Amino acid sequence: MANVLVFIDNQSPTLKKSSLELLTIARTLGEPVAAFNGEFNDDVAAALSSYGVTAVYRPGSADLDDYLVAPKAAYLAEAVAATGAGTVLIENSSDGKEIAARLGIKLGAGVVTDVVGVEADGGAHKSVLAGSYKTVCRATTPVSILTVKANSVTPEPAPTATTPESVTIEVPAAATANAARITGRSNKATSGRPDLLDARIVVAGGRGVDGDFGPVEELADALGAAVGASRAATDAGWISHDAQVGQTGKTVSPELYISAGISGAVQQKAGMQTAKVIVAINNDAESPVFEIADFGIVGDLFEVLPQATAEIKKRKG
Amino acid sequence: MEETLKIIVLVKHVPDAQLDRHLNGADYTTDRAESILSELDEYALEAALQLTEAQGGKGAGHQVIALSMGPAGAANAIKKSLQIGATEGVHLKDDALAGSDAAATSLALAATVRYLSAGSPVDLILTGMASTDGETSLVPAQLAERLGLPQVTFASELEISAGRITARRDSDTHYDTIEAPLPAVVSVTDQINEPRFPNFKGIIAAKRKTIITLSLADIGVNPAEVGLSGSWTAVQNAEPRPPRTAGTIITDEGDAGIQLVDFLAAQKLL
Ligand SMILES: Cc1cc2nc3c(=O)[nH]c(=O)nc-3n(C[C@H](O)[C@H](O)[C@H](O)COP(=O)(O)OP(=O)(O)OC[C@H]3O[C@@H](n4cnc5c(N)ncnc54)[C@H](O)[C@@H]3O)c2cc1C
Repeated sequence: MANVLVFIDNQSPTLKKSSLELLTIARTLGEPVAAFNGEFNDDVAAALSSYGVTAVYRPGSADLDDYLVAPKAAYLAEAVAATGAGTVLIENSSDGKEIAARLGIKLGAGVVTDVVGVEADGGAHKSVLAGSYKTVCRATTPVSILTVKANSVTPEPAPTATTPESVTIEVPAAATANAARITGRSNKATSGRPDLLDARIVVAGGRGVDGDFGPVEELADALGAAVGASRAATDAGWISHDAQVGQTGKTVSPELYISAGISGAVQQKAGMQTAKVIVAINNDAESPVFEIADFGIVGDLFEVLPQATAEIKKRKG
Repeated sequence: MEETLKIIVLVKHVPDAQLDRHLNGADYTTDRAESILSELDEYALEAALQLTEAQGGKGAGHQVIALSMGPAGAANAIKKSLQIGATEGVHLKDDALAGSDAAATSLALAATVRYLSAGSPVDLILTGMASTDGETSLVPAQLAERLGLPQVTFASELEISAGRITARRDSDTHYDTIEAPLPAVVSVTDQINEPRFPNFKGIIAAKRKTIITLSLADIGVNPAEVGLSGSWTAVQNAEPRPPRTAGTIITDEGDAGIQLVDFLAAQKLL
């Protein structure tokens, strides 16, 4: 079976759910091999073996994270050459897409981004124009590179675990010579909530929260959800710009998106329209958000959200 | 001051996001009948103008070149850029470009940048954070790769000094300072500035500025390397997304929060 190379850029002690999803998809296309960067430990090794990875490639240099994407693309190009992989799967983050872009030029390989499903023959499903069209795209080159959105499949371990061989890939010295380098970093306070891109559930607030994200955050915490926002809310400074969902924010496709006090402008829809289930709470029955809602409530978010939060807590005991 | 800056701003002509957008024909290319200058490119143009103004502005001989690739309508995006303050406009226009994917587009743009570098080198190529349609962030990254340049993406602050660019970039967990040698490809976010509007003086001045139109032959690109034949990806099939099946809309009568939880439980989302 052909090798399918999954790029896992791991920045935490355990593998992200989206990485497990990529490995799950890889198994449907061929034999999964991992090109790994970042923190590697026993838990990570165990996860890779339970997901059926047959080989783990790791970079010979530890400083790839000191640069923006270019050296990672150079590393992956070497990994593709070493594995002879015909398909490369990368997460659909902004870094992931740029790595894919550069890798595509290095390999002469077509790149399809924003993929939500892959057929056994390589056809990649994606939606375009803010979710208004569903397309099947394909790379017409010997190697195809797909960046896959989180929550596209349910992660499933392989029927039988593997004992992956471990291989070191030397990163060409030239890869870092002319790259953009990270020369300073200051950490932001973290919320402890799930990552917006990865989250199974997102609760988002807009101008309707009128400066108070409390009810949105409390519902999010009761559901174990990430908090999102419209640009009106982030521009007003009520919540960090990182929470913005939409054309100039993040594109999410969670299983559930709860939109509260958001009107549903095209630029907002561009970032959330592929959510599996959409719930909208808005006090204006004419609001366009109701056109895309599976369940809509015409009501005051300051009444509805706290009531729902209390009810969830009650049922969860 | 030191040398003059030569900045290329990539401007794109996109369908107006407020209008219904369509995919056309057997190859499912985007219909650009009703198109405008991409709003996100206005931030890149503004950043270019501010960088040159900080170093003496137009009188100092800096160049801000608005470059657009596309059919006749793309000239509108260039004209608007000239009105806002770009010093020159370049329109890469060739029928063979139709249907180009990111790989083919970046090939044509890279050749154009090389062509424009002939007299004096380009210092900086600026872009918006992503085009508001289609193939998102691939083109700038592929352009950088083809030209062998560093790329700084999502800059929310930008400074040039001594042949280097320093940018600030936000991620979810941290703020980074990024440095790269010039020339570089840089994309800016919508947080970097407030784009100016063209004023009356700008509109009059733009009439005296020329738009140079280039063909593939001018930049030395073989038509087979671009367009559908030069693309590395193909759209096999496209269908309008079925309208989401009409949902249930209720009006809160005091228990909507409970009904919401019932709905989530029924969908197995709790
Ligand atoms: C280039 C560009 C990029 C953009 N990118 C993005 C983007 O990435 N993401 C994004 O979201 N927007 C983006 N926008 C902005 C977008 O066009 C809208 O302006 C924005 O989404 C509106 O935010 P909103 O829905 O929160 O505010 P509004 O449109 O003002 O809607 C607020 C809603 O809250 C409701 N409401 C008020 N009070 C209550 C209450 N007590 N209970 C319940 N409902 C209530 C109102 O009925 C109204 O429908 C972009 C715009 C441009 C030009």
